[in-house]
Amino acid sequence: MARVAIENETCKGCGICISVCPVKIIKISNTKTNKAGYLIAEVIEDKCIGCCSCAIMCPDSAISIFKE
Amino acid sequence: MEILYKKSKMLTDTPLSYCPGCTHGIVHKLIAETLEEIGAEGNVIGIAPVGCSVFAYKFFNCDMQQVAHGRAPACATGIKRCNPDKIVFAYQGDGDIASIGTAEIIHAAARGENITVVFINNAIYGMTGGQMAPTTLPGQKTTTSPYGRIVGVNGNPIRLSEMIATLDGPCFVSRVSVTDPVNVRKAKKAIKKGFENQVNKKGFSLIEVLSNCPTNWHMSPVQSLDFVKNEMTKTFPLGVFKDC
Repeated sequence: MARVAIENETCKGCGICISVCPVKIIKISNTKTNKAGYLIAEVIEDKCIGCCSCAIMCPDSAISIFKE
Repeated sequence: MEILYKKSKMLTDTPLSYCPGCTHGIVHKLIAETLEEIGAEGNVIGIAPVGCSVFAYKFFNCDMQQVAHGRAPACATGIKRCNPDKIVFAYQGDGDIASIGTAEIIHAAARGENITVVFINNAIYGMTGGQMAPTTLPGQKTTTSPYGRIVGVNGNPIRLSEMIATLDGPCFVSRVSVTDPVNVRKAKKAIKKGFENQVNKKGFSLIEVLSNCPTNWHMSPVQSLDFVKNEMTKTFPLGVFKDC
């Protein structure tokens, strides 16, 4: 089982990760912001397949992927 | 627990100064990962340009020199000739390389200097507020072409990679994009090849990366990537123009 870890303070909420995720488990939060004031991306479902597409496309290198 | 993807050690922890969704970050990542893969840590000197990526020296975990507008290939030439054992790369935007620095890049390529140049083409001057660049597409609206770029008045976009590929000096000239994971992997291959050519002393490599500018194109990051994929590639076709 793979796990996505998004670094909240680095995320700028651009949404590119959402557009490339094949299983659609990431969304931009409606309420959670970071110190810079961006609404951040969050993982909503626990079914990551570990393709790393989101991490490869994240311009701010905010995403790490782990396999458990 | 196995790590499938993690930020490269060749990038510092400084938050990037780019707008949300700007692909400068992806290209930074690709360069950093490539340098790590070829084992060049501690043996690299990078050249930061003028433009949005002027602070690149804060983001790469290697020695960096920030140079005058457009003069990155000239400075890279000097650094490489003084330190032939170091890996030297220049990172430039389209206003930097295709407008004010045209002379430098053409002559560095013609001399076949053993350096790697990464050229970020986003068809606009990003940092100064979205003015028309030499690479702006015909009909594209910018703050200095509010009715769209009119070819008869403002000229045609410059295809720098094709121009450089006609010279005898360069070893590898390629145009890639970073619009989706597949293209990012291809872009990484091209950048890796550019650095390997330098390690093997084969000569000058230019990698042009089609990039976006969501802020000045007035689009969302995802829309801007679609624009690169569907519109920019018509004027700037992807491919390898020279490989020897």
